[in-house]
Amino acid sequence: MRRVDRSQRATISITLNGRQVSAEAEPRMLLSDFLRHSLGATGTHVGCEHGVCGCCTVLIDGAAVRSCLTLAVQAEGKAVTTVESLAGADGRLNALQQAFKNNHALQCGFCTPGILMSFTDFLGRNPTPSEAEIVEVLSGHLCRCTGYAGIVAAVLEVSGSKDNAEKRSV
Amino acid sequence: MPATPRRGRSLVTVSSVSQLSGAPILRKEDAALLSGRGRYADDLPVPAGTLHAHVIRSPHAHADIASIDASRALAQPGVWAVVTGADVKALSDPFLIALKAPVHQWSLAVERVRYVGEPVALVVADSRYVAEDAAELVRIEYAERPAVVDPLKARKSTAPLLHADTKSNEISVRQFSYGDTGAAFAAADARVRMVTDYPRLSFTPMECYVVVAQYKPTDGSYDVLANFQGPFSTHPVMAKALRVPGTKFRVRIPPDSGGSFGIKLSVFPYMVLAAIAARITGRPVKWVEDRIEHLVAASTGPNRITEIEAAITREGRILALKLDQLEDYGAYLRAPMPGPLYRMHGSVTGAYDIPNVDVTNRVVLTNKMPASLIRGFGGPQLYLAIERLVQRIACELKLDPLEIIRRNLIPTEKFPYRTAAGALYDSGDYARAIDTTVGDGRLAELKRRRDEARAAGRYYGIGFACVVEPGMSNMGYLSTLLTADARERAGPKNGAVSMATVNIDPLGAVSVTADVTVQGQGHETVLSQIVADELGLLPDDIAVTLEIDTAKDPWSIAAGTYSCRFTPGTAVAAQMAARQVRDKLAGIAAKQLNTLPDDIEFAGGAVRSRRNPDNAMPFGRVAGTAHWSPVMLPEGMAPSLRETGVWSPQELEPPTSDDRINTSLTYGFVFDMCGVEIDPSTYQVRVDRYVSMHDAGRILNPLIADGQIYGAFAQGIAAALYEEFVSDDNGNFLAGTFADYLVPTVSEIPKVELLHQETPSPLTPLGAKGLAEGNCMSVPACVANAVADALDVKDISLPITPRRIHALLEGAERPPPATAAARAPELAPAKDGRNLRGQGSFEIAASPAEVWRALLDPERLKTTIPGCHELQQTGAHDYRAQVSLGVGPVRGKFDATVSLSDLVEEQSGRIGGGLTGPLGEASGSGTLRLTPTETGTRLDYDYAVTIGGKVAAVGGRMLDGAAAIIIRQFFERLSRGLNPQVAAPGEAGPRVWLRALRAKLGGRP
Ligand code: FES
Ligand code: FES
Repeated sequence: MRRVDRSQRATISITLNGRQVSAEAEPRMLLSDFLRHSLGATGTHVGCEHGVCGCCTVLIDGAAVRSCLTLAVQAEGKAVTTVESLAGADGRLNALQQAFKNNHALQCGFCTPGILMSFTDFLGRNPTPSEAEIVEVLSGHLCRCTGYAGIVAAVLEVSGSKDNAEKRSV
Repeated sequence: MPATPRRGRSLVTVSSVSQLSGAPILRKEDAALLSGRGRYADDLPVPAGTLHAHVIRSPHAHADIASIDASRALAQPGVWAVVTGADVKALSDPFLIALKAPVHQWSLAVERVRYVGEPVALVVADSRYVAEDAAELVRIEYAERPAVVDPLKARKSTAPLLHADTKSNEISVRQFSYGDTGAAFAAADARVRMVTDYPRLSFTPMECYVVVAQYKPTDGSYDVLANFQGPFSTHPVMAKALRVPGTKFRVRIPPDSGGSFGIKLSVFPYMVLAAIAARITGRPVKWVEDRIEHLVAASTGPNRITEIEAAITREGRILALKLDQLEDYGAYLRAPMPGPLYRMHGSVTGAYDIPNVDVTNRVVLTNKMPASLIRGFGGPQLYLAIERLVQRIACELKLDPLEIIRRNLIPTEKFPYRTAAGALYDSGDYARAIDTTVGDGRLAELKRRRDEARAAGRYYGIGFACVVEPGMSNMGYLSTLLTADARERAGPKNGAVSMATVNIDPLGAVSVTADVTVQGQGHETVLSQIVADELGLLPDDIAVTLEIDTAKDPWSIAAGTYSCRFTPGTAVAAQMAARQVRDKLAGIAAKQLNTLPDDIEFAGGAVRSRRNPDNAMPFGRVAGTAHWSPVMLPEGMAPSLRETGVWSPQELEPPTSDDRINTSLTYGFVFDMCGVEIDPSTYQVRVDRYVSMHDAGRILNPLIADGQIYGAFAQGIAAALYEEFVSDDNGNFLAGTFADYLVPTVSEIPKVELLHQETPSPLTPLGAKGLAEGNCMSVPACVANAVADALDVKDISLPITPRRIHALLEGAERPPPATAAARAPELAPAKDGRNLRGQGSFEIAASPAEVWRALLDPERLKTTIPGCHELQQTGAHDYRAQVSLGVGPVRGKFDATVSLSDLVEEQSGRIGGGLTGPLGEASGSGTLRLTPTETGTRLDYDYAVTIGGKVAAVGGRMLDGAAAIIIRQFFERLSRGLNPQVAAPGEAGPRVWLRALRAKLGGRP
């Protein structure tokens, strides 16, 4: 990690959703604030700033992290992927997003970007998870609106394991 | 784990559906929200030059503000103002409240603080980081007063008064009597009585409060953007506070909101505060609440103690009820409180046909966060009492609880049914709903599982709950709080107005606006369904925009999203608006198609003759006529194609002179049934099966309806088993993070089976009732009943945590066995508190003499104490220091005092001291013993610390962890100082001594 003096602002450069971007930041600036306020990528949300809710989850070099527990300087030179990257350029939803829509897996949508990013990472590594594995990943997120039912159904649908899961849960 | 929802229901993606209302159409809102394109309050651009605010909050539950010295903060570059109670008092008036009582609340504490977390000052600076830094330099001196937290103690005449000019903290008592309760009790075979206690909790939307305020000095007007949810009856309250007419208090509400559940009503004091700050600084001011602030001070449902008693016959028929409801509103009564105590007033007899009822309602103030709306408001408290009572009656009569329910249920033929207290239940078939729920072998299966479990010696119980769910509040219900005379003097209050506007542009494109605030329900989708139906279009043809601007949009005091008013209210207004526009279009088309308006129909994007469908025009063409050729319109028709539907149902009458009130327009029904098992080793309640039946009249979109029910169900489970705002006896708040306040994750939410029945409301044109709050009301009661059945106990406190189950099963908790920690020094009678105790040991590779010298050397101490900036010696062994400390998300600067005593050279000593800072305070003491070892010195320490204020809210888990870290850092630094070449040795024990010091540290919020 780069060292920056506490009193200085430094230019931080990252690759955000495939594009090289940079902005100034104090060393203490959180990655979540840097993304939202310095880079204008407001799709990533902040729900607690203490690492519990998962709203702020983004990918750094492909792995899901809490951006509220990460300093902007820690992302220097890395590839950061956020919810804004998921849909196609024409606005078409990707399969995971579409499954969320089909299963009413969101209401206010505030928790949703973080959950989408966690599952983007997870399904990339484990494309056909069991319901128990999905629940395990989802338990790192808080959602106050949905009661979670639709979210589990959505991930089951997109991972093609819905039929199996239904069989299993009977 | 949740159920896989919506079994067997196919989703509609809409290419053509003849009747859109009632179809499970996918949400229009989703694509943007799934793509990071939501526009939540904190995402919107702010005007150039916007300043950022940080709220300084009270660490005390009750204290006089002796002085506020902001000079050092104001001297910081980038700091524009520190707004205090004096400014607020000069520039605004106290908020109006529903009662005539001398309970004054401004947007900042004026002269006195009355709860931990109460805003005391607002620092306004160029950035949030600068504002937070400057906040640490504001010196506030408090003179503490005794606090009262328990509402039963608060109402005693000996209790400290929160508001000097009131006679008692019990600021309102109203008694109501309907029927002849005395005679019914005299004639009864038996009486059953119980007391229920509903706790404080909130549903903590994931997005916190956001406010951006501007002031225009040229006309003295304010413009405030906030994620406020309504009711807009609060708008006059804010405008009055700012001493301006409503036209000079423009409120704008963003298009998206990260959830509300009632809680975002309570952003309103901050809207006024930010407005004042904008006026003082002459700049726009933005404030974004953080999660800790939200938990400590945003809002909570009120806790309520209910004494309930029934007069019954031998067969279990309830002849009369008496309720004494004491509700704790915290430090202030905020508009429109005490809503929860009166919102259900007409329904106080629930789903039962009980002709006689006496009710006493009490409003009590305590030194806690002010209570306000949360989802279900008033319902969970009431139904916990009624439904627990019904279960108790069954136990006492040795009858099946379901039998008691059935014998008392309002018979289907009695609808529409007028309750004893005046509610007009519009429709229902409660008996059939229950039959369906217990049918299909569902109850038999539960009983089989219970029998099996019990045969194996396990704890298993079955619970039921019946709930009547009100929709669309009568704006006059709160006036039941006043006596009939006082109501007369104040002028009658009643009704509820809903408004929606449909506009058609020159190309025939249709847009809709409405008087609801977005919170995630899917109103955009449902409104587009309703309007598309009327105009023969598809939902995608209808653009719905739900941001509100009070300067431009139609709104009434009832506007906003709360108490299930959308389906019975705004949805109807939208249908009316669409019909008004349609009638105009029919007139225009009839003229052009040479037929009569009656013959015109709208279908498939065309306007055509019913008799001869080939005689048709495209929808856009007809609409265009109104814009391009107004002269050709039928005679007498106004050219505009913008129509506002206004719906004001007549059934919402004011309270009668004998205090009967129809509190809501529609009344849905929920029947829940569950089986729970209690783990005998962990004392955890596991919900084994849960079935929830809803009759909400006509369902407008089943997909969205089920989503609302799943959400409310999860919140009901949270209230039953997990969430509680805990304060200690001194008013310290102990649930300030999501590590302490337990919001259930997916793993904690059981599966639920949803059932539906539709008994349309005859009182609304769409036949639809509200349904989004019912499970918040039913689940706590249903689960409590099941636990009572499993354990055969009477008194169940919520949330039903393992600790409480343990107490029920094993008796009150015994004190823990004496451990080393218990040897820690006795705490001074500390005023507040969360206590931390601990002990441990640490090895340092240096002789006791070296360690001793290092500990007594101020220069060395300064570099050893983590976060220490300054250290001055004030006596032989007394020091004053400045330290920066952080626990989890809470971070701040503290003034520390440290004294060493009982020093036995190179062997032992005692350390005591205190920390004070904007985030709280700590005091404590500890002992340290030095023992020579082969490799150096072993330090054994123990400590006891009391922590108050914001730090205490961080909660035990984080504080313990933080204390351990700080202590380890101290010893490591000490060790490193003595052995610069040696890597820091490991820590032998979990905690530190110096933590007395650190204790404060511990307090290093
Ligand atoms: S905002 Fe990062 S975990 Fe909650
Ligand atoms: S959809 Fe609102 S918090 Fe999850």
